[in-house]
Amino acid sequence: MSIEILMPALSPTMEEGTLAKWHVKAGDTVQAGDVIAEIETDKATMEVEAVDEGVIEALLVEAGTENVKVNAVIARLSGEGEVAAPAAQEDKKSEPSKSSQPEQAAPAAVSKAAPAATPAPKSADGERVFASPLARRLAQAAGLDLKTIQGSGPHGRVIKADIEAARGKAPAAAPASSGAAAPARQAQSLEQQGIPAGSYDLIPLDGMRKTIARRMTDSFRDVPHFPLTIDLEIDGLLAARAKINAMLEKDGVKVSVNDLVIKAVAVALKRVPEANASYSPDGIAMHHHADIAMAVSIDGGGLITPIIRAAETKGLAQIATEAKDLAARARAKKLKPEEFQGGTFSVSNMGMMGIKSFASIINEPQACILSVGAGEPRPVVKNGALAIATVMTVTLTCDHRVVDGAIGARFLSAFKAMIEDPLTMIV
Amino acid sequence: MDFDVIIIGSGPGGYVTAIRASQLGLKTAIVERAELGGICLNWGCIPTKALLKSGEVYEQLSHLGDYGLSVSGAAFDFAKIIERSRGVAATMNKGVAFLMKKHKIEVIAGEARLEKGSPAPKVVVALTAGGARTVTAKHVILATGARAREIPTVGLTSDGDRVWTYRDALAPKAQPKTLIVIGSGAIGIEFASFYRALGSEVTVIEAVDRILPVEDEEVSKAAKRAFEKRGIKFRVGAKVTKLSKSKSGVSVALEVGGKAETLEAEVAIVAVGITGNVENLGLEALGAKVDRGHMVTDSHSQTNVPGLYAIGDVAGPPWLAHKASHEGVHCIEHIAGLKPANLTAPIPGCTYANPQVASIGLTEAAAKAAGHEVRAGRFPFKVNGKAVAAGETEGFVKTVFDGKTGALLGTHMIGHEVTEMIQGFGVAITLEATEEDLMATVYAHPTMSEAMHEAVLDAYGKVLHL
Ligand SMILES: Cc1cc2nc3c(=O)[nH]c(=O)nc-3n(C[C@H](O)[C@H](O)[C@H](O)COP(=O)(O)OP(=O)(O)OC[C@H]3O[C@@H](n4cnc5c(N)ncnc54)[C@H](O)[C@@H]3O)c2cc1C
Repeated sequence: MSIEILMPALSPTMEEGTLAKWHVKAGDTVQAGDVIAEIETDKATMEVEAVDEGVIEALLVEAGTENVKVNAVIARLSGEGEVAAPAAQEDKKSEPSKSSQPEQAAPAAVSKAAPAATPAPKSADGERVFASPLARRLAQAAGLDLKTIQGSGPHGRVIKADIEAARGKAPAAAPASSGAAAPARQAQSLEQQGIPAGSYDLIPLDGMRKTIARRMTDSFRDVPHFPLTIDLEIDGLLAARAKINAMLEKDGVKVSVNDLVIKAVAVALKRVPEANASYSPDGIAMHHHADIAMAVSIDGGGLITPIIRAAETKGLAQIATEAKDLAARARAKKLKPEEFQGGTFSVSNMGMMGIKSFASIINEPQACILSVGAGEPRPVVKNGALAIATVMTVTLTCDHRVVDGAIGARFLSAFKAMIEDPLTMIV
Repeated sequence: MDFDVIIIGSGPGGYVTAIRASQLGLKTAIVERAELGGICLNWGCIPTKALLKSGEVYEQLSHLGDYGLSVSGAAFDFAKIIERSRGVAATMNKGVAFLMKKHKIEVIAGEARLEKGSPAPKVVVALTAGGARTVTAKHVILATGARAREIPTVGLTSDGDRVWTYRDALAPKAQPKTLIVIGSGAIGIEFASFYRALGSEVTVIEAVDRILPVEDEEVSKAAKRAFEKRGIKFRVGAKVTKLSKSKSGVSVALEVGGKAETLEAEVAIVAVGITGNVENLGLEALGAKVDRGHMVTDSHSQTNVPGLYAIGDVAGPPWLAHKASHEGVHCIEHIAGLKPANLTAPIPGCTYANPQVASIGLTEAAAKAAGHEVRAGRFPFKVNGKAVAAGETEGFVKTVFDGKTGALLGTHMIGHEVTEMIQGFGVAITLEATEEDLMATVYAHPTMSEAMHEAVLDAYGKVLHL
């Protein structure tokens, strides 16, 4: 009996993903727990482990195949007592039909499930998705997967109207009335914009890049956002951090300025809960916990936002420990989906890169994102005289549908009070 | 219940719907008070094309020298031209009778009227042969068409003698030496073109500031120039204030740019639009909704009266035969429970004058008004090899794209036989092709259709032969 290896779901909501890489080839013997493949979703890369031991009979989906449906058969494993490799098949005549069939079917399946060469999208079982050229283009621009869209054209062909419906906007005539309903941004080719072909190398868009492009474009275009900027004096904070770290040294924990910022944000959100909210057409969601997403950039491009859940309930040592672990695994693309999906407020810190101040793009559906700049000695005026203080500039980008200027200001003032006098965090 | 469906009117809306109904296994009857085939086959599309062909061939004779040919004594017999046109109509009419028989559709000759009934109104027919017959069905489809609009307040009513509608213009006793055509839509322009080709002095009056007002402005402009070259005169932005008859003909009082003017001619053709045949059908008693002479229908051609549908000219613009047929097929498929795809395909419009005009989809101005970021392309036949070889270099092809999505929004053509070229773009729009697909399509050389390819390329700055 051969065992089917199915495309795993990395999260409850995952419907499909990219089979990024195979670590085995047909004929390899695997033990339960061996990593056999890497699956990439738009958020993360995950390793697929063998759950049984046996010999890989056939890989049914080529490495690099996108949009492989969850539970599609991606490989076959010959179970216990089975032959070692497809080549040795002749030896196994005693069990003719059942065991020999998969092998015969395998080559066909491989070629069927290798859509790389054909531009038309295919579903995991190799079937072509029928869609009009315009629908394909609109879907791509909107970051929609054609296979998830029900076609209303002849023979279920996906047409323009279906993409428009999927994007949740009024069809056809609408664009005239408002700019917001304008069709998805369809970039002209680089050639059309005066950059000749051959004058650059093209790096294909991976899942993460596509997600960033889509989410950031949607957010920047659709969310009415505004920045609020203040300066914070952090000499007190740095002194407190030194003390805290001295205390925690025996436990091997080191608290960073960022950890303190996360803690302060969490407590400030408890005091100004209006800033810990999300807009939805049904109403404004007031979140029960401050789940703080922290932006972590990944070497080689991209970023991801792992989450410290209920940060308002956690002590600094715990936040520091969690943050360190999450950041390390994020960089290795080893986060589980539940570790980066959700979140009620984001913090992006570019201080260590020497950035003085910046305004991040809202991470939907969160209402606010705090952009933290570098702490640096700056001249300040104290009691009418010039003095030197370590100053850090932070900018809060707010979704105006939820957070008005006054709410943002109240949050920032609560946050500033805690950063400048860290003791108040504890009270 | 006598039938599954009764269709009233046998024009391209009604008879095509009847054929489709029969194919779907529905027991079908069609009621017709006049000729099978409706206006289109008997008094519209087909007989006009027969006349226009005679005019075009005759016009070509005067250019034979261009082709190194000569003929002496070129002449025409007006009565024979009309006779040929009537013969063509009769042939087509017989064809419809054959089709009805072949599909076992019962043809009831007579004038239909509706009475309250369930699940659909009852159909009472005053039989042409005398007497009356009441028939019932689950569904009744009105396909009663339309007729020329008349405006009595300023004297725009036909008398069949000096003031004509298209019917009179299709079967006149004699050719008028001088002719005024009121209205520069497709029908008016076609008659102007035909009569001018045979030598009549023709003046066309148009109320708005350009001829063929539904076409793209560039096409209107080129068409006016082309017709003027052939000797047709135009008064645009001209309002008819009074048409009066005299012994020798008609006198049309106009207001052009605030100034009064009077034109005289033997005959005037009234071509100022169409109004639906909604009278004497008993619609008032049924409470059927009628808006400005046309039935009000939903996206499946259903009226507000249960079991009653309306398609074709009587259901509103565009007043075109292919629209009537398309709508009818959709309606009957919906009735049969087939769930046909929505009626979204754009409807091409053609004018068969010399030169011809053909278009589909949005004009450049309409596309802009709808908020599209427009990319337009053009290509003149003047530099198209086939057109030069054929001596048919008048006109051009224009394309209108959405610059953001590459969707072909509309195309507009003027020139020799462009009405045969428009379908290529019709297919492209219906299949939602983008500029890429159209550029990647290989066009046969030499053809006038290559201008279509070039007009696509031109919209993206890649035109080859300009
Ligand atoms: C001069 C001219 C040229 C044209 N050229 C073109 C062209 O080139 N291309 C194009 O697409 N379109 C053209 N048209 C328009 C085209 O003819 C119409 O759009 C088309 O005929 C509409 O079809 P229909 O089935 O809706 O109605 P019609 O063709 O008008 O048919 C309606 C039928 O219903 C019958 N009827 C009405 N009331 C009753 C009743 N109470 N009981 C029984 N029968 C009834 C009428 O006798 C008629 O036969 C032209 C029209 C004219 C006038």
